[in-house]
Amino acid sequence: MRIEVKDLKHAYGESKVLSNAALNGVSLNIEEGEFFGIIGQTGSGKTTFVQHLNGLIKLQKDSGSIKVGEFDFADKKCDFRALRAKLGMVFQYPEYQLFAETVKDDVAFGVKNFMPNISEEQTEQMVKEALTTVGLNYEKIKDKSPFELSGGQKRRVAIAGVIVTKPEVLVLDEPVAGLDPQGKRDFIALLHRLHKTFVKTIVLVSHDMDLVAENCTRIAVFAHGNVLLQGTPKQVFADEPMLKELGLELPVTAYLTKELEKIGVNIDNDYTAQSFVDALINYYKGGKA
Amino acid sequence: MKDVTFGQYFPTKSFVHNMDARVKILAVIAYIVAVFLVQTYHFLGFLACFAFVVIATCAARVPFGKVLRSIKGILFFIVLSAILQVFFNTDGKVVFEWQFIKITESGLLSAGFIIARITLIVLGASILTLTTSPVEIADGLESLLSPLKVIKFPVHEFALIMSIALRFIPTLLDETDRIIKAQKARGADFESGNLFKRAKALIPVLIPLLISSFRRADELADAMDARCYSGSKNRTKYKKMTLSWRDVLGLLIIANLIAGVLLLNTIYLFPWVI
Repeated sequence: MRIEVKDLKHAYGESKVLSNAALNGVSLNIEEGEFFGIIGQTGSGKTTFVQHLNGLIKLQKDSGSIKVGEFDFADKKCDFRALRAKLGMVFQYPEYQLFAETVKDDVAFGVKNFMPNISEEQTEQMVKEALTTVGLNYEKIKDKSPFELSGGQKRRVAIAGVIVTKPEVLVLDEPVAGLDPQGKRDFIALLHRLHKTFVKTIVLVSHDMDLVAENCTRIAVFAHGNVLLQGTPKQVFADEPMLKELGLELPVTAYLTKELEKIGVNIDNDYTAQSFVDALINYYKGGKA
Repeated sequence: MKDVTFGQYFPTKSFVHNMDARVKILAVIAYIVAVFLVQTYHFLGFLACFAFVVIATCAARVPFGKVLRSIKGILFFIVLSAILQVFFNTDGKVVFEWQFIKITESGLLSAGFIIARITLIVLGASILTLTTSPVEIADGLESLLSPLKVIKFPVHEFALIMSIALRFIPTLLDETDRIIKAQKARGADFESGNLFKRAKALIPVLIPLLISSFRRADELADAMDARCYSGSKNRTKYKKMTLSWRDVLGLLIIANLIAGVLLLNTIYLFPWVI
């Protein structure tokens, strides 16, 4: 599904004064198959933007247009529930949304809502698949209470609850906040695994520049309710003055590349760790030869 | 979710904002007494109370809309009690009759009376909450209730519970909003179905909310412990409450209101006095 947002505006509160505006005309297209990153300071409108994508925040009058696949939000008959089945959303600290008595029931919540006519066995099959995908042992965990699990396990269960209906698009708002380094790595590996199977598009909102530089195919930089920059990580992180002005940092790779440039070492790379190291090795091999 | 005005502080500087919280609480109680003192069906007394609300709102420099919006929350309650009055008070002259429905003059009058009474009480109370921060209200209550310490009533703890509860209302509202969105994203439906179905649909919201409240309570207790909080013993206050000319003036105005209402009542009951 292609996401097409044109001139999206949104204001919180009753008065439509400029100071309440969370979004001032955002236009952004996200193509199917992308691993799209959204960065920006707190209060730049990232969360408001992504919560529009599945109709959790209603499109205000004369405030632009949103199309997600065949769903046109301007259409009064737009079925947001059908859309939400196809566009999964993982919130910050998703473990706070767990509620059921057993892990199995919690993960099955989405299935029961989106596919009410499905059989018990099929539901169980889907739950099993989702829990296995996030790296949990179905038999061991299915009858436990979600509240007796560890923090990392809780988050996996919560994510299983989102991906259980196999959404085509997955939107994640700060998904690695509060995870330890190992948990972070596992989580990113999970995202890539999902991206290779049924999830076609991933939209990742994050403060973590390294994470975004490492994984995203394209990035949009939000500031004051606008998209200031968009492009590949290489294009976006080349504009250091702009990012600095917005109070954003460079990823380590981009920072090192710039520092090396100052001492006359020019290595061209895509700012992923692998491409940085490759370029560096290449430079020295070339230098020695 | 975010339209809960009742109990929301409107920060500005004004005559009423600067009054002592204790005096404001007493004044509101006195005001409510005045509203209740108004003789049955004697709307002039209500007019006096309403005039007081208008004056207080002006003195508080709060927009009228803010004060009026406090009624929105209990509109259903007001309408319901008015309807009950209209249909079940069947004394007096009949104005309208159709099959078993009988609307009488006194039914209409008492409905109007109930509407005026509830509305005025809520308006007056909202001036208190709009001009006094929750912390000030809790401090004021603590001070007013302190005589109860004699009978070993835990006044300080009571005030603390109050202020914590008030402090966490916005936090809980935000949290509720977030959880509702998260469950909606998983296909939860809060808008359709009968009453029973809708109540059941709230379970996935209420349980996470309850659990996060417990978590918050734990964290808050730790944070208070870490700062050596030990209850009311030997605790001093950062803001000492002092009475000023404003408070005296405020109390005088309230006293005038009560006197005025009583006077109007007397004139109404014994018109030959004048």
